[in-house]
Amino acid sequence: MAKPASNLSKNVQAVGAWVDERLPVSKTWREHLTEYYAPKNFNFWYFFGSLALLVLVNQLVTGIFLTMFYTPDAQSAFGSVEYIMRDVEWGWLIRYMHSTGASFFFIVVYLHMFRALLYGSYRKPRELIWILGVFIFLVLMAEAFMGYVLPWGQMSYWGAQVIISLFGAVPYIGEGLVEWIRGDYLISGATLGRFFALHVIALPLALLLLVVLHLVALHEVGSNNPDGIEIKKNKDARGRPLDGIPFHPYYTVKDLFGVGVFAILFAFVLFYAPEMGGLFLEPDNFVPADPLVTPEHIVPVWYFTPYYAMLRAVPDKFFGVVVMGAAIFVLFFLPWLDRSRVRSIRYKGWPSKIMLALFVVGFIRLGMLALGEGTPAQTLESRIWTVYYFAFFAFMPFVTRMEKTKPEPERVTK
Amino acid sequence: MKFSNLLAAAVVFASGFVFAAGGGDLEHANINVHDKASLQRGASLYVNYCLGCHSMQYMRYNRLVRDLDLSEEQVEQFMLYGEQEVSDYLLNTMDGDQAEEWFGITPPDLTLSARSRGADWIYTYLKSFYLTDSGWNNTVLPNASMPHVLWELQGVQRATTESHTDDEGIEHVEVVGLELDRPGVLSSAEYDAHMRDLVAFMRYAAEPAVLERERLGIWVLLFLVVFTLLAWMLYHEFWKDVK
Repeated sequence: MAKPASNLSKNVQAVGAWVDERLPVSKTWREHLTEYYAPKNFNFWYFFGSLALLVLVNQLVTGIFLTMFYTPDAQSAFGSVEYIMRDVEWGWLIRYMHSTGASFFFIVVYLHMFRALLYGSYRKPRELIWILGVFIFLVLMAEAFMGYVLPWGQMSYWGAQVIISLFGAVPYIGEGLVEWIRGDYLISGATLGRFFALHVIALPLALLLLVVLHLVALHEVGSNNPDGIEIKKNKDARGRPLDGIPFHPYYTVKDLFGVGVFAILFAFVLFYAPEMGGLFLEPDNFVPADPLVTPEHIVPVWYFTPYYAMLRAVPDKFFGVVVMGAAIFVLFFLPWLDRSRVRSIRYKGWPSKIMLALFVVGFIRLGMLALGEGTPAQTLESRIWTVYYFAFFAFMPFVTRMEKTKPEPERVTK
Repeated sequence: MKFSNLLAAAVVFASGFVFAAGGGDLEHANINVHDKASLQRGASLYVNYCLGCHSMQYMRYNRLVRDLDLSEEQVEQFMLYGEQEVSDYLLNTMDGDQAEEWFGITPPDLTLSARSRGADWIYTYLKSFYLTDSGWNNTVLPNASMPHVLWELQGVQRATTESHTDDEGIEHVEVVGLELDRPGVLSSAEYDAHMRDLVAFMRYAAEPAVLERERLGIWVLLFLVVFTLLAWMLYHEFWKDVK
C-alpha cells in the first residue's frame, strides 16, 4: 500500500517542481503566507482586513449571478430584480447576500480604517498602504452608489438625482458635466446603462487592482501592530522577527474563527432583517422609479450619511460640495499630519485619546443627523461636528507633537 | 481608564440620542406570515375585495399553490376567472383609463406595498375609513381616492371632531376619533382578525421568499455556530505554542 502512495507523492512533487521552474507558485505561497511574519499581538481590530477581502469575494461572486438575470433597462430593471427575488432559484438568497454584503463592506472597511487611526498604521513606512486604502475607499463609494441605482426604485432614482446634481456645483462646467455624467437631460435609461457597465466591469477591476497593490505594499514593509513598534528590530539568528509568527497557519486559523463570528452576524441580518429596519434596503426603493413623483425624504444609504450631513450643514451648495470632498481628501494627508514620537494610541497622551474618541462620536452623530429632518438644532449640531471633523486633522500636528507620550516597549506586549 | 473603555463609553453616548419617531400612531398589525390558514384567508379576501382594482403584477397564482398549501383546482375554481391560467400573474381586468375616470387615479399595484408602506400602515389604513357627507375619507391617508370597499364587513364609521379657532380667527376641524355608526357583518374583533389575515397575505406577497428565508435561517445559523466553535478550537490548538 505504501509504495503507490509514495509514487503518487513523487509525481505530484515533480509536477510542482515543473510548474515552479516556470511560475513562482511556492515562492509566492512562502513569501505571502508561510514565511510572511506578522506580529503575534494582533487583537480584535485586526480581523477586518481579511474580512474585507471576504466580503469583496462575496460581492464579486454573487454579482456574477445577479448579472445573469438583471436587465439594465429603465423599463424592466425594477421588474428584473423582482424576477430574481421570486422566480430565479435561490435568487432571493443571492440578491440578499449582495445587498447585505454592500452594507457589511462599509461596516468592515470603516472599522479597518479606524484600526489604522488607533495604532498609527499609516505612519512611515506605511504611507502608501494608507493612500492606496483611501483610494479603495473612494472607489468603493462610487461602486456602492452606482450599485444602489441599479434596482431602479424611487430611492435609486432620486438618490442618483441628488448625488449627480452635486457636480453641477462645479463652476463654469457644472451644467455640462452633469449632463455628461447622466448622458441625458435627466436621469434615464442612458444613466442606468452606463452605471451598470461601471458597476460590473470598470470599478470592480479598479478595486481589485488597488487591493492587490494594497497587499503587495503591506507585505513589502510588514504589518504594524497594536503597540506600534517594529518587530523587525529584534530578529533571531535566522533573521526571523522574534515577535513575528508565520501568517499561515497562525493567522489563517485565527481569521477563520473571525470569519465564523462574522458569518453568524451576516447570516442573522440576511435571514431575519435583510432590510435592517429600512437602513440596508430603504422602503421607498420598493416603489419603481418615477421621475414625476419626488419622495418626501431623500436620504442616501446609511454608509454615506456622515458625509451627506456635512453637505447639508453648509448653507451654500458649492461650498458644501467642497467641504464634503475635502472630508475625504484630507485623509490622504494623514500620514504627515500625525507627528507623534509613538505610533500607537496606547502610548500617546490624553489629548490624542480624547480627540480620537470625539472624532468617533462626531462621525456617528453626523451619520445619525443626516437621517433626521434637518431641524435648526440638528443643523447646528451637524455644523459643530463638521467643524470638529476638520479640527481633528488640523490640530493633529500640534497635539501629537506637544503632548506627553509614554515610552514604547522594546518588545510587543500581550 | 484604558482607551478601549473610553471609546466604548463614547460610542454608547453617541448612539444614545434617539430621534423622536415620526410616522404617527400606527396600530401594530401583529401578523404571522408562517400561519398558512391566515395567509389562505388573506388571499381569499384579497382576490374577492382588492384584486378587482389592485393588481399584483409580480405575483403568480401558482406561487400560491406552492406556498399556501392550496391545490391547483382550488385556485382555478375560486380565484381565476375568464381565460386566466395558474401560471398567470395576479392582474386585474379593469381598464386603466376607466379607472382614472372613476377614481381620478389608476389604483396602484400592491405587490410590494407591504414593503414600501409597511404592514402596520396598511393594517391601520384599512381600519381608518369613515363616512362624511361628501363620501369616504381616511385618517391615515386623508382625501384618499379609494372608497371603503370593506364597509359591509366593518360597518360604517363616522368621525368625532373637535373644532378650535386659531390666533387669526380661522376655525380648524380636527378628527379626534372614529365611532362605529352602523355595524357591519363582522364584529369589531372579527374585522381586525380579517384585516390581520389580509395584511399577512400582502406581506407574504411582497416577498414570497420570506417563508423559506425565515425557515432556513435557523439551520444556517446553527451550522455556523458549530463551524465557529470548531474554528475556535483549531485556533487555540495552533496557538498553544505561541508564547
